[in-house]
Amino acid sequence: MDPTEKFKKNARAVYSMMLSIFAVFAVLGAFLVYLTIDPTFSAFKSPKAMEEYTSVSETDDYDKIENGIHVRTGFVEGEGLMLVVNNCTNCHSAKLVTQNRMSKEGWEATIRWMQETQNLWDLGNNQEPIVNYLATYYAPTQKGRRQNLTAIEWYVLED
Amino acid sequence: MNRRKFIEKSALSTLAAAIGSEIVYGNALPKGYRLLALQDPDPFKMFNKDPQMVVLNDKPWNIEAVAHLLDDRITPNKYMFIRNNGKIPENINENEWSIRFDGESVKQKKSYTLQELKSKFEHHTYQLTLECGGNGRSEFDPPAKGNQWTVGAVSCATWTGVRLRDVLEDVGLKNDAVYIGYHAADTHLSGDPNKEPISRGAPMAKAFQDETLLAFKMNGKDIPLAHGYPLRLVAGGWPASVSGKWINGISIRNKVHDGEKMTGSSYRVPCEPVAPGEKVEDKDMCIIESMPVKSLITYPKTGATIKNGSSLSIRGHAWAGELEVAKVEYSIDFGSTWKTCKLESPVNRLAWQHFSASVQFPKKGYYEVWAKATDSQGESQPMVLPGWNPKGYLNNACHRIAVKVS
Repeated sequence: MDPTEKFKKNARAVYSMMLSIFAVFAVLGAFLVYLTIDPTFSAFKSPKAMEEYTSVSETDDYDKIENGIHVRTGFVEGEGLMLVVNNCTNCHSAKLVTQNRMSKEGWEATIRWMQETQNLWDLGNNQEPIVNYLATYYAPTQKGRRQNLTAIEWYVLED
Repeated sequence: MNRRKFIEKSALSTLAAAIGSEIVYGNALPKGYRLLALQDPDPFKMFNKDPQMVVLNDKPWNIEAVAHLLDDRITPNKYMFIRNNGKIPENINENEWSIRFDGESVKQKKSYTLQELKSKFEHHTYQLTLECGGNGRSEFDPPAKGNQWTVGAVSCATWTGVRLRDVLEDVGLKNDAVYIGYHAADTHLSGDPNKEPISRGAPMAKAFQDETLLAFKMNGKDIPLAHGYPLRLVAGGWPASVSGKWINGISIRNKVHDGEKMTGSSYRVPCEPVAPGEKVEDKDMCIIESMPVKSLITYPKTGATIKNGSSLSIRGHAWAGELEVAKVEYSIDFGSTWKTCKLESPVNRLAWQHFSASVQFPKKGYYEVWAKATDSQGESQPMVLPGWNPKGYLNNACHRIAVKVS
């Protein structure tokens, strides 16, 4: 083989080897850069798995408030909330409270009725903030003699 | 769901706080084991209910149907509403179940085991309409206290049992008997063993009707636990609270029964009509007996969109407490005009009746189909809310579904 030819061949071999090494380092570099941005490779996981991950971290608090709602009971966030949670959900569900709407007088009468007939304890100084909370966040709204139909889910009825 | 995971991962002390007591063998808990006290029960699985049923309350359990789920002629368990006042009894042994008859007006106290009831007295089966007295409460203004039922606290299943009358005659009553009151095995929410969650009843005339049963079967099978297994009093056409569940005693009274939820404002309406929101003294409240005339469109489900020019088949049920339904009409123009529906006779007294019609719409647009039943004495359902009452009972306003013609 002619020396020039031999040199060219060697040069090509060195060139392609360097190219390969560069490529390996480039990929490795890109990988390391990605790893610093997303160490858990979350982008490669299905969205469902992501949701699950998020929801676990959301429940780190037994009395978590989310969007103004006490998650565990469904009560609206507000002054007196925990007094209501602690005094009004021992015997019955919070749902019995949250589905009702009453004036201050109405809530007081209901508390009195529960004390007289349902073994509810004396609320002492807590009664006032409890009644205030209930009358504020669970107050009646005027409905009139017949309301519009609401929350209709429209669907096509095939005949 | 989320709470479970969180609690599993938390320290035992948090767990103990959540339950309200120490977990004695906490160290021995297998990893990942969820304590029974913390398992969110799935009511639909627990009670074999369709997941489309609506849970109003989970302590005590109160669950209602939505109108289109009640389309069956005989309501299956999965679509039957649950109304509980206390906690469902546990560990029921059918073979040891007995019912005690006592009160001022029995000649002598007497008990029967469930087996004796079944073997000693003739069995009868009726399809019986049971509607909660507070069905429709959610619409009242000012709002009334209690579970906010919409339209789904009604059912009409078949009930098999012995006639209460036959048993009462066997027990032997004094001439001064005026009322029966039931006692049952459910327990009070407060945990107080001396309190009955509910103990209602009926006057002797209702107790002596052919259709008033001590029932042990519903739709041909053992009564589901949530509906009164193993023995239920069934008094069709009256507020369903008269049909006591898990019955283990009946008192024959020489006065109106004064058990839990018979007195005060419970299952009572003002004896004389009052203005919305008016205060009513307990002494001016009268016990609800027969339920008023009512109907429900069970097909199609509200929200149907149909093509212009096609007709819409509607169907549903109508009932009228102690009475029969004489007529059902529908309106597509908010009651301006009414057309008559086809109406079937009841399979037996106190069973709901089926109606159907084919509805045409004059042009494209939004419609409401309203149904209005009239009972055998000429009383019809009101189009607006009926007379307001403090506890929100007896709302028999016309049922309506929304329809769009496009």
